[in-house]
Amino acid sequence: MAVGKSPVRKDAVAKVTGKARYTDDFIMPGMLHAKYVRSPVGHGIVKSLDAKEALALPGVEAVFTYEDVPDIVYATAGHPFSLEVDHQDVADRKLLTKHVRYHGDEVAIVVARDPLTAEEAARKVKVEYEEFPVCVTHEAALAHDAPKIHAGGNVIKSHSFEVGGNLDQALSESDVVVEGEFKTPVVQHCHMENHTAYAYMDDHEHIVVVSSTQIPHICRRIVGEALGISWGRVRVIKPYIGGGFGNKQDVVLEPMAAFLTMKMDGAPVKLELNREECLVSTRTRHSTKSRCRIGATRDGALKGIDLDLVSNTGAYASHGHSIPSAGGAKSVNLYPRNVVKYSALTHYANIPSAGAMRAYGSPQVIFAIESAMEDAARAIGMDSVDFRIRNVAREQDVNPLSQKKISSAGICECLEKGRKMIGWDEKRKQYADQTGDVRRGLGVACFSYGSGTYPVCVEIAGCRLILNQDGSVHMQLGATEIGQGSDTAFAQMAAETLGVDYDKIHVVSTQDTDVSPFDTGAYASRQSYVVAPAIRKAALELKRKILGHVREMTGKAAEGMTIAGGKIVNQNRPERVVLDLAEVAIDAYYHKQRGGQLTADVSHKTRTNAPSYGCTFVDLEVDVPMCKVKINQIINVHDAGVIIHPLLAEGQVHGGMGMAVGMALFEELLIDPKSGWVHNSNLLDYKIPTFVDIPNLECAFVETVEPTSAYGHKSLGEPPIISPAPAIRNAILDATGVAVNEAPMTPKVLFRHFSQAGII
Amino acid sequence: MFPIEKHHMATSIEDAVRALAEDETSQVIAGGTDVLIRLHEGHGDYRNLVDINKLDELREIRMDEEGNVLIGALASFTEILEHDVIRKHVPVIGESVNTVGGPQVRNRGTMGGNICNGAVSADSACAALVHEVDLVIQSPEGERVESIIGFHTGPGRVSLKQGDLLKHFRVRPGNYKGFGASYYKYAMREAMDIATIGCAAAVKLNGEKIGELRLAYTVSAPTPIRCAGAEEVAKGKPLTQETLAEIAKAVEADVRPRTSWRASMEFRLHVIRTLAQRVTRQAAERAGGTF
Repeated sequence: MAVGKSPVRKDAVAKVTGKARYTDDFIMPGMLHAKYVRSPVGHGIVKSLDAKEALALPGVEAVFTYEDVPDIVYATAGHPFSLEVDHQDVADRKLLTKHVRYHGDEVAIVVARDPLTAEEAARKVKVEYEEFPVCVTHEAALAHDAPKIHAGGNVIKSHSFEVGGNLDQALSESDVVVEGEFKTPVVQHCHMENHTAYAYMDDHEHIVVVSSTQIPHICRRIVGEALGISWGRVRVIKPYIGGGFGNKQDVVLEPMAAFLTMKMDGAPVKLELNREECLVSTRTRHSTKSRCRIGATRDGALKGIDLDLVSNTGAYASHGHSIPSAGGAKSVNLYPRNVVKYSALTHYANIPSAGAMRAYGSPQVIFAIESAMEDAARAIGMDSVDFRIRNVAREQDVNPLSQKKISSAGICECLEKGRKMIGWDEKRKQYADQTGDVRRGLGVACFSYGSGTYPVCVEIAGCRLILNQDGSVHMQLGATEIGQGSDTAFAQMAAETLGVDYDKIHVVSTQDTDVSPFDTGAYASRQSYVVAPAIRKAALELKRKILGHVREMTGKAAEGMTIAGGKIVNQNRPERVVLDLAEVAIDAYYHKQRGGQLTADVSHKTRTNAPSYGCTFVDLEVDVPMCKVKINQIINVHDAGVIIHPLLAEGQVHGGMGMAVGMALFEELLIDPKSGWVHNSNLLDYKIPTFVDIPNLECAFVETVEPTSAYGHKSLGEPPIISPAPAIRNAILDATGVAVNEAPMTPKVLFRHFSQAGII
Repeated sequence: MFPIEKHHMATSIEDAVRALAEDETSQVIAGGTDVLIRLHEGHGDYRNLVDINKLDELREIRMDEEGNVLIGALASFTEILEHDVIRKHVPVIGESVNTVGGPQVRNRGTMGGNICNGAVSADSACAALVHEVDLVIQSPEGERVESIIGFHTGPGRVSLKQGDLLKHFRVRPGNYKGFGASYYKYAMREAMDIATIGCAAAVKLNGEKIGELRLAYTVSAPTPIRCAGAEEVAKGKPLTQETLAEIAKAVEADVRPRTSWRASMEFRLHVIRTLAQRVTRQAAERAGGTF
C-alpha cells in the first residue's frame, strides 16, 4: 500500500541539496536580458517617449514600445479555454500600453546584453505622461463620474443568486438578524522565486518558452493568442518552480519573452522580475468590501445568509469576476440547509491587477460569513462551536446551488476534534470577564471549498505510464509540481494501483507541452482530485498490458494473476511469484517475436466536484495598550477525505495557515488613494510575517472517504488559508469585546478600533 | 548586479580619509546593508565607494584603562551583542542592535553605519543617546570627538563632513555605571523590520526614588531624540504607577511625531506614551527598583 504513507517526496533531496534546476539555472550562450520601462503614474497616457539615450548605452540591443507590439488585445487569466464565448476571460491588454492604468504599468521594454545594462537603459528612456484622475478604492471606481479605466467603464461584471428559499422570509422567521460590513486587503503571494521566463527559437517556426509557470499548456495557448500565431508553434517548458500560490496561474511574462525572441531573430531573451516588480506588476489578491447579514432563531437554527460583495480587480481584469463568483459558490457547501443569497460585483481600479491567489475568493467570502456567524452566535447567546455544529453540512445534504448531494462531510467531526484539542470549554470559562492590559480570547471559524472547477470549467487531466526495461515505470503528467508535492502523491497513486513500489515510479517533473500529456495545471486545489482518475485508469491499463504479456510469456491466464510488490503473483496466493516485473519488461522490449513497449496514455475528464471542509481554532492574547496580538495556539482541522501523504498534508496545512496569519495580522499592499502610488513594494515595507511572527501551527485531519474520488481524497492545497483570519477576528472579539471587521488586524488598525471602543 | 562605478579598498584609516576627502562624490561602504539597497534601487549617489572593510582596527570592542567602553565603527551588530564587555557594562546597546534586521543583516551591518547614515529609526541610536556616547572621528585635519547628543542634525543627516571617518564609539564610565537601562523596538513584526517607534530608558536610582532618568526615542521627531521635559519630571519621584503616568504625559511635549503612510501621528503618540511607562519601568527595575 502506497497511499496513506509518507515516503520521502520525489524532489526532496534534489531541492535541499541545490541539484534541482529552476528557470534561472538555465543559461544559454548569447542570452539577452529585457527590462520593462514602467509608469511612475497611476493613470495617464504617454505624451512622448524618447529612447535615444537608452539606445546609446553600450550593450543595449533594442528598445520596443507600445507602438511596436502586435495590435492584439488578449486575456491573461490561466483558465482553460472555454467553448462558450460568454465565459471566456476578459481580453483587455496588449503587450505594452500607451494608456497606463496603474503605477508600474508597462510602456516599453529594453533588450540588452546583461541585466544591469538593461536596467540602466530602462531608466534612461524618457517618457512624458499626461496624468488622468485616479480611482483606487471601491467608492472612487464606482462613482458615476469616475474616470473610465477601460473603454467599457469600470464595472466588469456582477451576478447574484438566492437559493434554499426566500431570504426575506428566512429573516422574518429569525429571532435575531445581525449585520456587518467587512473589508479584506490587497495581499500578495510572495512566492520565493520571482516571475521569470526566457524564450528562444531553434528553427524558423517554433518558439520555445521556458517559464516558472503553474499552467504550461494554458500558457502555450495564451502565448499563441497574444501574438496571433497558431498554438502549435509555441512550446512551453516548465522546470522546477519556486512557488506560485496562483500568481503563476496567469500568463504574465511569457508572451513578451516570445515576442522579443521573434524580434531578436530567435536569440534567447530572458525576462526576470525583481521582487519590487513582482509585488506590483504581477498579480495580487482581490481586495473586497462586503455587507453580510445573518438571521437565526434563538434555538440556534441558521435561517439565512445574505452577502453582498464588491471586489476590486485593479488595472486589468486577469481572473476578474471569477474570483467572487467562485468564492460565493464554494461557500454554499458549508451551510446548505438555509437560504443563501449572494451578490457580487467586480470593478477595475488604478491599482495592481488582482488575479488568482490561494483559495481564489473564498478567504474574502468566508471572512465575512464566519465573522457574521460569530456575531449571530453571540446575539442568540449560544456557544460559537455549538451554533456551527447545529448548522454545518452533513452527509446527504443537498447543496442548494449546485443541487448536488454532498457525499462526504466531516465538518461536524472537525469542529468536535478542534474543540477538544484547544480545550475550548475550560478556556471559555477561564477567559470570561477579563480586565487589565493583556486579555485572552478564543475564536473559531469554518470553511468549505471545492476540489476543482467543474462544472464552471472543463476538468481534463492526462497521464502516461511507460514500463522501463528494468521494471521501473516512468510517469508523465500534464499536472504540475509547484512545491505542493503533487509528483509524490501521483507516484503513490500509481504505485498503489499498479502494485509496484513507490521507489520504482519515476515522475517526469518537467512539463514540456511538446511531449507532456494535456492537463491545465496547478490551481483550484484540483490536481490530486482530477488527475487521480487519469492515473488510476492508466495504471489499470498498464497492468492489464503487463499481465497480457505475462500470459504470452507463460501461457497462464492473466485473470489469475496480479502485480504486488513489483512482482507478478498468483492472485489468490500472492506468495507464489510467477515472474519479476523486470523479467517481463525486458522480454517485452527485446523478444524478437512478441511484446513491444508497454505503455498507457490516458486523458480523463472529471465531472464531479467534491466539497472539502475544515475549521480553525485560535487561542490568542491582546495587549490592549500596545495594540498587539499574540497567538498562543492555532489549530486547523481538515476534512480532505483520505489523506494520501500525511506528512505532506501537514506541510500544506502549515503553509496555508502561515499565509493566513499574514493576511489576518500583517500584510497589505498600501496604495495611495490620491495618486495610485504603491507605498510598500518591497519586503521591508510589505510586512510578510517572519519566522518569529508565526506561532506554532497545529493541524489534525478527519478522514472521510469521498465516493466520487479515485482514492477517497478531496482538495487540500488551498483550503488551509481560508478560515484562520475570521477565527482570529473572532478571538480578538472574544478577548476585547471589539469586532474588528477588517483585515489585516495590524496594530494601526487595532489602535483605531480600540480608540473608537474607548478601551485605550 | 550593482551599478558601482568606482571602488577604492582603503588600506589604512589615513588612506580612507584621504580618498573620502579627495572626491566629494565618494561614500563609505562598511557592512553594505544600506548602501547596497540604495544601489539596488539604482541610486546615483552611491556609485563611488570607499571600502573600509579591510581596516580591522575599526572592528575592535574593548574597555580601555580609564574604564571607557570602546566600540569600533566597523564592529558588526553580532560582534557587539555577543561581546562580554558589552554584555557586562552596556547591555542595552547589545539588546538594541539585536533588534536590527535578521541574523544575516546583523552579521554584516555595523553600529558605525547605523549612526552615521542618520536614520531616524536607527536601532542603536536610543541606546547611544541614553549612554551619551562619544564619537571619535578622524578627518584630514586630525582627530576630534563629538557627542551623540546633537550629532543627528536632521532626517538622514549627521554632523559628519566629507573626509570624516568615524573610528569608534566611546562610552564613559559616568554614562553607564549605576544605570539600569532598557530598549523596546515597537515594529509591525518581531524581526526584519524598522522601528515604528524605538524607545530606550536609563535610570539611576537614588534610594527608592528616581535619581536620574534618561529617555530617548527614535521615529518620534526629525532625528533620534532625548526627552528633557519627561526626564525633568521624573527626577526625585518615587517608583509608582503615578510617576510613570506623569512621565508619559510629559513626554508628549518632548516629541514631534508625524503622520506618514506608515503610521498616523495619533497612533505614534499613543505608542510613545505607552512605551514611556513600560520602558522606564523596566529600566528602573533593572537598576534594582521595585514598583
